[in-house]
Amino acid sequence: MSDFVSDFWNLYVIVIVTASILACVVLLIVQGKATFTPGKTMGHVWDENLEEYNNPMPRWWTWMFVITVVFAFVYLALYPGLGNFKGMLGWTSVGQHKIEVDKMNAVVKPLFDKYLAMDLKAVAGDKQANEMGKRMYLTYCMQCHGADARGSKGFPNLTDSDWLYGGEPEQIKETLNNGRMGVMPPHAQLGADTIKDLANFVRSLSGLPNDSVRAAKGKEAFASTGCLGCHGAEGTGMHALGAPNLTDKVWLYGSSEATIIETITNGRQNKMPAWKEFLGDAKIHLLSAYVLSLSQGAK
Amino acid sequence: MSGTKTTYNDKVVRQFAVMTVIWGIVGMLVGVIIAAQLVWPELNIGWLHFGRLRPLHTNAVIFAFGGCALFATSYWCVQRTCSARLWGGPLVPFTFWGWQIVILLAAVSLPLGITTGKEYAELEWPIDILITLVWVSYAVVFFGTIAVRKVSHIYVANWFFGSMIIAVALLHLVNSCEIPVGFLRSYSCYAGVQDAMIQWWYGHNAVGFFLTAGFLGMMYYFVPKQAGRPVYSYRLSVVHFWALIFTYMWAGPHHLHYTALPDWTQSVGMVFSLILLAPSWGGMINGIMTLSGAWHKLRDDPILKFLITSLSFYGMSTFEGPMMSIKTVNALSHYTDWTVGHVHSGALGWVAMVSIGSMYYLLPRVFGKSEMFSVKLMTVHFWVATIGTVLYIASTWISGVMQGLMWRAINSDGTLAYSFVESVKGSYPFWAIRWLGGVLFLAGMLIMAYNMFKTMAGGNTKDATIVVPVAHHA
Repeated sequence: MSDFVSDFWNLYVIVIVTASILACVVLLIVQGKATFTPGKTMGHVWDENLEEYNNPMPRWWTWMFVITVVFAFVYLALYPGLGNFKGMLGWTSVGQHKIEVDKMNAVVKPLFDKYLAMDLKAVAGDKQANEMGKRMYLTYCMQCHGADARGSKGFPNLTDSDWLYGGEPEQIKETLNNGRMGVMPPHAQLGADTIKDLANFVRSLSGLPNDSVRAAKGKEAFASTGCLGCHGAEGTGMHALGAPNLTDKVWLYGSSEATIIETITNGRQNKMPAWKEFLGDAKIHLLSAYVLSLSQGAK
Repeated sequence: MSGTKTTYNDKVVRQFAVMTVIWGIVGMLVGVIIAAQLVWPELNIGWLHFGRLRPLHTNAVIFAFGGCALFATSYWCVQRTCSARLWGGPLVPFTFWGWQIVILLAAVSLPLGITTGKEYAELEWPIDILITLVWVSYAVVFFGTIAVRKVSHIYVANWFFGSMIIAVALLHLVNSCEIPVGFLRSYSCYAGVQDAMIQWWYGHNAVGFFLTAGFLGMMYYFVPKQAGRPVYSYRLSVVHFWALIFTYMWAGPHHLHYTALPDWTQSVGMVFSLILLAPSWGGMINGIMTLSGAWHKLRDDPILKFLITSLSFYGMSTFEGPMMSIKTVNALSHYTDWTVGHVHSGALGWVAMVSIGSMYYLLPRVFGKSEMFSVKLMTVHFWVATIGTVLYIASTWISGVMQGLMWRAINSDGTLAYSFVESVKGSYPFWAIRWLGGVLFLAGMLIMAYNMFKTMAGGNTKDATIVVPVAHHA
């Protein structure tokens, strides 16, 4: 496709670029024909003693100028530059990218294909596959999940055995491929008092210090206000919805009463991006296996 | 009042000269702070973090420090070389006070996050309008003074100052075209890759005209004055002037290599950037060769030391620039510290040093003294500044090339050999050296300020009498 809306602009670019480079040569030639009197001034004086010698331009400098002009014409003959003219080499930046990618793919594709054909659990146990997975993790994933994969506030820890959406190989792969949208709806309508009760109940689930009277009221509210719809009657969460297990000691946003109150009041929204289009099957497979391997040491 | 037709207007020169030193200290201090923030990230406190302070640093050193230096030297030069008092009456003080208000507004609005997001053109639209008013007044004063000159020929320094004034007006008006959506917010008139191209046409020519042509004007006055020798070659000035201001306009696309910018535009930008080498070096040759036959003066004249060293850095960075515009080199250097180092070899080595040398010439004269309070402190300043510049450039070269190599290194299995954060970690020691270089350069400016205030004490601020030349023809 042409870069120009009409052929006029194509011609315009060709003419103005060529004319402009030639103008540099014309300038050199015309000015080089002046009469020089080396060591003598031009005869003008400013501000009492400012004068100019009528020396010629240094020859090496003139040649340097000419060489760059010649280079410009040669380059524009070989590479795209003069409007729609593609250049004699037929080079494009898109083409160069494709050549480099194809060249690399030819080398590494057999390796990636070998692992793609293997079962995810088997890949997770393969030393070389894990090293490749780790390098890719450090390129694509560490920005959110951290260099040590332990996550941070709002970003899940990948090294424990706690899974928001499930830790089975296919579930992990699904997370990487299509991403996840985690939504905890806001519950400000419950009122500050009830929310504080709920927060104490949630803390009691994982054995954290709590106000037992409030926790008891919170337990009732947990059932009556619909919390159990996502987090389950026992508060153990639901993988299908990505609803966290409230009974373990894993906290995505923090376990203090104030933080839990904030979570219940304002809700939380979280997003794991979809990587399928960008990374492709082979890389997703290796990355999924690496993530699986991270939690294998955990209980 | 000494505002008669028989004297030069030295008051405005004095005002701009003093503010050059003050804004230099402010701008470089912010630079030292953000350099420290890279080494010690905990220094990013609240809104005063790197992202907010960095545009403050660039605006302060380019437009406050560099701008005041250009105003001071161009006003001094155009009066002396035209044998005429500055033309324009009240417009003259307006350019000073208007420019100071622009700077103060920048210093307030940028840390508050009020920005257009366009590099080196971050200021929002009301400030853009004030800049336009000041700049047009500057043009009226400058060209008005040229028009009423008492000598027939226009001195070469004024060609450069004049081209700078015209080109910067054009750049500012085109790139700052924006649609206001409130008093403190606007959107660019351009979109997508066109916006990027306009921005870097502006960005590169801000370097080309504000930071190169303008400061070459400075060089063409102060080098021959201080050396007491004629400019080496009139013809070289003619050729390199026209070639420089013509080809610079084309070079912007090299900031957008390997982006969505069409291939043809990138190629055109690259070849003109290479053609730019000779026109750029013309200025260096003319400056340095002006000293030939008087090299001994370099030994004990700190002003000449500053001026000639600045030309050396100018030559180095205008060689480096065309090399970095070559696509295969750019593929390595782009987005790395190498670019930052390149900019600072121009900014510290060339722009700041030539300004400092020129200010050391101007300051005693606008305060009725024959020389600065301490020549020895000028020499100390020179060495501190030179060592600071070298430390800065060398460290960013090393970290830049290291970053470029680390980012492209791949393992045999096709995965990246280094994660980004590993290149950050590897850069730490060099960032510390770069910070130290900045500290030294800033220390030099503090020495200069002390020297300046000592020179000002008891100074005589009477305007000098205009010297009308006798008819002189060879």
